[in-house]
Amino acid sequence: MTAAATPAASPATTGEQPGVRLARSRRNSELSLLLLAMVLVAAYGAIVEANMLDTVTPDFWMPAAVLTVLFLGMHLVVRFLAPFADPVLLPAVALLNGLGVGFLRRLDLAKAAPAERETLAIFAGTGGRQLAWTLASVVLAAGLLALVRDHRAVSRYAYTLGLAGIVLVMIPAVLPGRFSEQNGAKLWIKFGDSFSIQPGEFAKLALLTFFAYYLVRKREVLSLASRRILGIDFPRGRDLGPVVVVWLISLLVLVFEKDLGTSLLYFGMFVVTLYIATERVSWLLIGLVLFFGGAYLAYVLGSTIGGPFANFYDRAEIWLDPFAEPHDRGYQLVQGLLALGTGGLFGAGPGDGQPGLLPEVSNDFIFAGIGEEIGLFGLSALLVIYLLIVERGLRAALAVRDSFGKLLAGGLAFTLGLQVFVIVGGISKLIPLTGQTTPFLSAGGSSLMANWLLIAVLLRVSDAARRPVTQARGPAARPGGGPPEQLHGAPTEVIRP
Amino acid sequence: MNAPLRRVGVVVMVLFGLLFANLNWIQAYKADEYRNSDYNGRVQVAEYERRRGNIEAGGTAFATSKETSGELKYQRTYPGGAKYAHVLGYKPVNLADTGIERIENDFLAGTSDALIANRIKDMFTGDETGGGNVLLTLSKRAQDTAYDQLRNNELGAKKGAAIAIDPRTGAVQALVSMPSFDPNPLASHDTGAASAAYNKLEADPERPLANRALAETLPPGSTFKIVVAAAALENGITKDTQIPAGSSWTPPTSGTPIRNAAASICPESQVTLMDAVTESCNTGFAQLGVRLGADKLKEKARQFGFEQEDLTVGQLGEDGLTVAPSRTGAMQAPGGETDPAALAQSSIGQRDVKMTPVEGALIAATVANDGTQMRPYLVKQLLGPDRTTSYYNADPQELRRPVSGQVASDLRDMMVSVVENGTGRKAKFNGYTVGGKTGTAQSGPNTPDHGWFIGFALDRNGTPISAVCVMLEEAGSGGSAEAARIAGRIMQAAAADSGSR
Repeated sequence: MTAAATPAASPATTGEQPGVRLARSRRNSELSLLLLAMVLVAAYGAIVEANMLDTVTPDFWMPAAVLTVLFLGMHLVVRFLAPFADPVLLPAVALLNGLGVGFLRRLDLAKAAPAERETLAIFAGTGGRQLAWTLASVVLAAGLLALVRDHRAVSRYAYTLGLAGIVLVMIPAVLPGRFSEQNGAKLWIKFGDSFSIQPGEFAKLALLTFFAYYLVRKREVLSLASRRILGIDFPRGRDLGPVVVVWLISLLVLVFEKDLGTSLLYFGMFVVTLYIATERVSWLLIGLVLFFGGAYLAYVLGSTIGGPFANFYDRAEIWLDPFAEPHDRGYQLVQGLLALGTGGLFGAGPGDGQPGLLPEVSNDFIFAGIGEEIGLFGLSALLVIYLLIVERGLRAALAVRDSFGKLLAGGLAFTLGLQVFVIVGGISKLIPLTGQTTPFLSAGGSSLMANWLLIAVLLRVSDAARRPVTQARGPAARPGGGPPEQLHGAPTEVIRP
Repeated sequence: MNAPLRRVGVVVMVLFGLLFANLNWIQAYKADEYRNSDYNGRVQVAEYERRRGNIEAGGTAFATSKETSGELKYQRTYPGGAKYAHVLGYKPVNLADTGIERIENDFLAGTSDALIANRIKDMFTGDETGGGNVLLTLSKRAQDTAYDQLRNNELGAKKGAAIAIDPRTGAVQALVSMPSFDPNPLASHDTGAASAAYNKLEADPERPLANRALAETLPPGSTFKIVVAAAALENGITKDTQIPAGSSWTPPTSGTPIRNAAASICPESQVTLMDAVTESCNTGFAQLGVRLGADKLKEKARQFGFEQEDLTVGQLGEDGLTVAPSRTGAMQAPGGETDPAALAQSSIGQRDVKMTPVEGALIAATVANDGTQMRPYLVKQLLGPDRTTSYYNADPQELRRPVSGQVASDLRDMMVSVVENGTGRKAKFNGYTVGGKTGTAQSGPNTPDHGWFIGFALDRNGTPISAVCVMLEEAGSGGSAEAARIAGRIMQAAAADSGSR
C-alpha cells in the first residue's frame, strides 16, 4: 500500500498545479488559437476548391465562417461558464471538426455533377449535414457546460447513468436486424432510412461516469484486499464481480453486435479506470489476459463453429493477410492501405486524391482518405492534435482535486485516445479493423455529439482543476481538497485481511 | 491516483507512437509498392482523365470511349460486342489489357512519343484533346461473315477459328476465334463485376478468351499436303508425275496401315500428284513423304513459316498479337534415324505436326501470291486525335519466299483443282477462281475430328484477293467440307469489300 494511493494523499501531489500559481484563465490564448484553427480550415477549403474546380469560388469561406461563428459562441460560453478551462482543448477539437467538415464537403464536390460543383450549397450533402450536426453538438456541449456547473454533481446520477448506459448498449443487440444492422454490425437504432443513431457512442459517456463513481466508492476495498501471487497483488475473488460483469457485457457486444472495436473500447476504458482508481498493475494484467483470451477464443470458435463468431474470425483473417482476397473480403483494408501508400510523405494535396475509390471513406476510412491527400506529414500532425487533446484531458485529471473528477477526466481522455488508436490502427493494419468512428472527423451525428459532450466534460473538469484555490467556488473551496462529502460518506467496506 | 494517470499518459503516448511508426511503414517504406499495386485504381484514374482514341475498321468505331459522371471520366465500350473481341482485346480498369488495346495502348491513351506535340499544346490551352485513333485492316463485311458463319456453322461445332489475309499485302481481312466473348463487362468501372466476368470466362471449359486463330495449334491434317507437295515439286516431281498410291499402305517398320478417308479415293496403284492433291490421297502422300525424307519436309515447312517463334500480328515493325509457333515435330527417331511410320503420318498432317490457323492462311496466301509470303498485320493507320494527321501508314513487308513462282503456280493449279473437282467444292463462288485444300485431323481416340480448309480467291485477272483458313475444332464428320463452305463465304465477302474499295 503506497501512500499516494490513499485519498488524502492524492491532492498533495497536485497541490502545486499551474492553476494555483498562475491563476490565469488563458481565455485569450484560446481565442487566438481558435482563430488560427479557423484560418487553417478556411485555407483547406480554398486549396480543395483550387485543386478540384481549378478556381476558388467567392463562397469558399462560408463553411469556415459558419464554424467560426459557432466556435466563437462556444468560446464565449467557456469564457463565462468555465473561465479556467484548458485553453487548448477547444481550438484543437475545432480544428479537427473543421477539417472533417471540409473533407466531407470535398467528397460531396467529387460526387456532384461538374456543372453543380461551383454552386454546392454549404448545408448540402454529407459535409453540409456534418456542419449541421456540428451546430447541434456544440450547442449541446454548451448546454452541458451551462447545466453542470460542478462536475461532482454528476455523480449523484451515477446509477441512473450506469443503467442508461447498459440499456443503450443493449438496444441494438436486441432490436431486429433491420432496425439496427448496417455493414454487418448491429450498432444502430434506425428511424426510417435517413436517420439513425449509434447509442453506443453515448453509452460510453454514461458507463464511464458510473465506473468513476463506483470505483471511487470501492477503491479501498479493491486496492487493499488482495492475495499475493508471484509478487503481484491480485484482488479477492468476490471483488472481481463487476470486472467480470463488464467483461461479459463487452463480450456480448462482441458477439451480438459483431463489433470488436466497441467491445475493446469498453473493456479498455473500464480496466484503465480500475487501474487509475486502485493503482494496481494486477488489474491491467487481468484485463489484458481476459481480453486477449476472449479475443483468441472468439477467433478459434469462429474458425471452428462459426456462427456469431464468424464475423470476428473473418476480420482477424483479413487483418493477417488483406491481399489474399483483395477484391472480396480484404477489399476495404487493401484500398485503405493503397490510399495511404499513394499519399506517401507529402500527400497528393487536398482535393487531388481519389477518395472515391475508398469504401466507407466518409466514416471508417476517413483517415485513409485524408491521408492520401495530406500524406504522412499531415497525418502525423492530426495524430499530434489528438494526442494533445488526450494528454490535456489527462492533465486536467492530474490537476483536479477530487477522485471522481480524476477518474472521470482520466477515463474519458484515455477512451478518446483508445478510440483513435482502434480506428487508425485498424485502417492501417496495425490491429484488426473494426468499425469505429474517427472522433470529430467521421461523418455521423451520434459520434460527433457524444465526443463534443466528452469535450464539455473535460472542459468542466479542467476548469475545476485550474481554478485558483482562493476563489470561493468549485472543488477548491474545500481546503485540503479531500474527496467530496457524498463520496466520503459512502459506507466503507469491512476489510478482511 | 496521479501515478497511474501519468502512466496512462505514457501508455497513450506509446499507442500513438505505434500508430506513427506504422504510418511511416505504410506511407514511406511501402508507399511505392502500394502506389503501383495492381489493385490501386488511381493509376487508371489518371489514364481515364483523357479521352481514349477509337479503334476503327472500315470507317466504324468498334472500341470507343464515352464520358461518364463517375470517378473514372470515360467508359470504354465495344459496340461490336463479341465480334471483334479477339482482335481489339479489352482495356479493363483492374485487369490486364489485351489485343490492339494493349499493343497500341500508348497511342490510344495519347501518351505515346508521337503525340507529344499534342500534349504540349494541351498544356497551354488547358484542353484534353484525347488519344489517337487506330484504323484496322479488317474488312467489316468479311469479319461479319466469318463471325456469323462460324457461329452458325451447320455442324454445330462450338470451337473454331477463321482468318482471312490479303495475299498481296498481308493485311488481315477477318479474324475470328470461337467461342468469343463480350469485352464490355470486362471494361466495367465496377471492378468487382469486371473481375467476376473475367473469372467466369477464365473458368469456361471452352476457353473463350483463347485466340484460336493465332495462339492455338492443332494437327492440320491434309492441309499439310500442300507443304509436302511443294517439297516434291522442288525435288524433280511435277504435278503430272505418277506417284504410288493404293487403298492402303503400311510403312516398312510399322504395323499400322495408312488408309484413305473413303474407299473411292485413289485405290489405283499410281495417281498423278495433281490427282493425289485433288482427292486428298493419304496413301500417296504418305509414300511421297517417306520418299522425300524428314529433312526436306521439315525444311520446306520451316520455309513456309513453321517453327517461327517471334511472329506477331499488329503494327508492322512494332508489337502485335502473339502467334504461336506451328510445329512439324521430329518426324524421325530420337537418334535421327529414319522412322517411316512417323514420317508417313506426319506427311498427312498428323502425329506431331501442329499448325495455327494463321499459318494455314499464310501458306494459302503464299501460293496465291506467286510464292512470296507477306508479313500479316492488323494496323493500317494511326490517326491523330484531330483525325487528319496521320502518324503511321502500313507499308506491306515481305516476310519470306518459301517457293519459286513456278512451284507456286503448280500448287495453285492443284489447289484450284481441289475446289473445281475435289474435296473443296463448297468453297466455290461466282466470278472468282477459288483454290484450296481441305483437311481432316484426328485429335484423339474418343474426340471428333477437326475440320480444316485453307484456300485463296483470284479475280478474273488472276490477282489474289483473299487467302483464308477456317478451322472447326472437334467438328466431326463433314468438318472440312463445312470449313470449305465458310471459307468461300468469307472470301466472297472480302472480295466484295475489296471490289467496292
